[in-house]
Amino acid sequence: MEKEKSKMSIFIHIILIIVSLTMLIPFCWMILTSFKTVSETMQVDPFVIFPKEWKIDAFITVMKEMNFLILYKNTLLMILFRIICCVITATLAGYAFARLNFKGKNFAFTLVLIQMMVPVQIFLIPQYLMISKMGLLNTTFALVFPGMVSAFGTFLLRQAYMSLPKDLEEAAKIDGCNIGQTFLFIMAPLTRSSMVALGIFTALFAFKDLMWPMIVNSNKDTMVLSSALAKMQGQYVTDYPELMAASLIATIPMIIIYVVFQKQFIQGIATSGGKL
Amino acid sequence: MKSKKMSPQQKNEFMWGWIFILPTLIGLVILNIIPIFQTIYQSFFKTGDFGRGNKFVGLDNYMKVFADEEVWQSLINTFKYAIVEVPVSICIALVLAALLNRKMKGRTIYRTIIFLPMVTAPAAIAMVWRWVLNSKFGLINNIFGVDVQWLSDPKIAVYTLALIGVWSIIGYNMILFLAGLQEIPADYYEAATIDGATGMKSFFYITIPLLSPSIFFVCITRIISALQVFDLIFMVMDKTNPALSKTQSLVYLFYDYSFAQKNLGYGATIVVVLLILTLIITAIQMYAQKKWVFYN
Repeated sequence: MEKEKSKMSIFIHIILIIVSLTMLIPFCWMILTSFKTVSETMQVDPFVIFPKEWKIDAFITVMKEMNFLILYKNTLLMILFRIICCVITATLAGYAFARLNFKGKNFAFTLVLIQMMVPVQIFLIPQYLMISKMGLLNTTFALVFPGMVSAFGTFLLRQAYMSLPKDLEEAAKIDGCNIGQTFLFIMAPLTRSSMVALGIFTALFAFKDLMWPMIVNSNKDTMVLSSALAKMQGQYVTDYPELMAASLIATIPMIIIYVVFQKQFIQGIATSGGKL
Repeated sequence: MKSKKMSPQQKNEFMWGWIFILPTLIGLVILNIIPIFQTIYQSFFKTGDFGRGNKFVGLDNYMKVFADEEVWQSLINTFKYAIVEVPVSICIALVLAALLNRKMKGRTIYRTIIFLPMVTAPAAIAMVWRWVLNSKFGLINNIFGVDVQWLSDPKIAVYTLALIGVWSIIGYNMILFLAGLQEIPADYYEAATIDGATGMKSFFYITIPLLSPSIFFVCITRIISALQVFDLIFMVMDKTNPALSKTQSLVYLFYDYSFAQKNLGYGATIVVVLLILTLIITAIQMYAQKKWVFYN
């Protein structure tokens, strides 16, 4: 029995290692390619796997061509503003939807559900026209704009408040708290983990979003990482060391953040319910 | 003032309730609810050259969409993509989740690695796969000594794209399933072990049925988002790629018409088609949920 168990466990590890390698190989290839010369990447006989010399020329050229500091700054600003707006509005609304009874609540909640049901692309043309009429194309505000409120976030926070016990509020009421105080001092602090989950979800969604930044942003001073990379691909079609170097520079910060805050990431994603 | 009198308590809740939901509601109405109607409205108009002028044409755009072979082809492409991406990614993710849902060495490391593509910018994913699959200088063709035009053969390009999609989404699905598995009480498995059920058996007789709400839910959300596939195709397929017409998705066409060609009317019509498809799937979900899914 024991022997069989350990055989089983080896088998499981083999499967997991194969899958992990499949996941990692493209990343490894990205790293290896970024240190090669162009001629090494174009050599097939013999095929070059490891660069002869680890050259950092591609990184230097790419850093000169693209101002990564500005790109990081713009991406970070977009993500931060979206997180702040989303978390505040969703916490407030989530509490009201979960715990208060008032006229118009059901109608308002129906609007939240409708937003979650329709494909996001249906909002894009009018959102673009709004931004363009306000003369705000190529601004950070334009990047933040569609992510200022989150129907999904409202839904998530509503669930969080619904799972809290009722007597907390009653105790607060007896102590003389009004609804605002009860929310701010008693209830909101208890949903911190859901707020973190929403924050992470919002950050990932904003980081990976490609279409909206491409639509409202063509200026390199306000561009974000995702669309800048997309644009770069069009310019350096065959210089793969440079393309891979740029991809690496754009990817590594998020990977580091993910590895450090892994637990929160996994929890945040687990609550997203496939909405990403 | 109101026909029904509200007690001070009710008045109080009414006031606070609206204060709390107002920011979200204003945002939703301006950013989402009105735009839905505007997009539908737009789909009855013809946009002039260079995005200038807006002429009411009634159902003309819809007639054009239904007669447009490019749109039909993009629908077929989208379905082909979804039919590979959704089931394959869900099956693999399910097995991985079941394997990782136990105390074992390296659990966190495996989970971290498998999730890695989810925190990578789509443009970077597309670029590296283009390079790995490059027919002349790519890793795959040179290592295995084959000569496959992974991304430019119109017959297979869409499936290649779907497999890249699988690669990038497995980790996400796995996390969703792991969350679902946490809710299955451990004593179910203990009882099964006592009854002599091995790993395989308990997978099919306990994990799958008890996870069915989660599986079903992930299926539906994955189908809906596979219908919206864009980034991957946009980034991997060049304008000059001979397989482009056999891979471009519905949302790709939407983007191309609306924002590259500024033909907002036709773009809006295409996205309304997507809306209808999505709503049909959602309706099926609501109906089927009552029938098939095993709830604890």
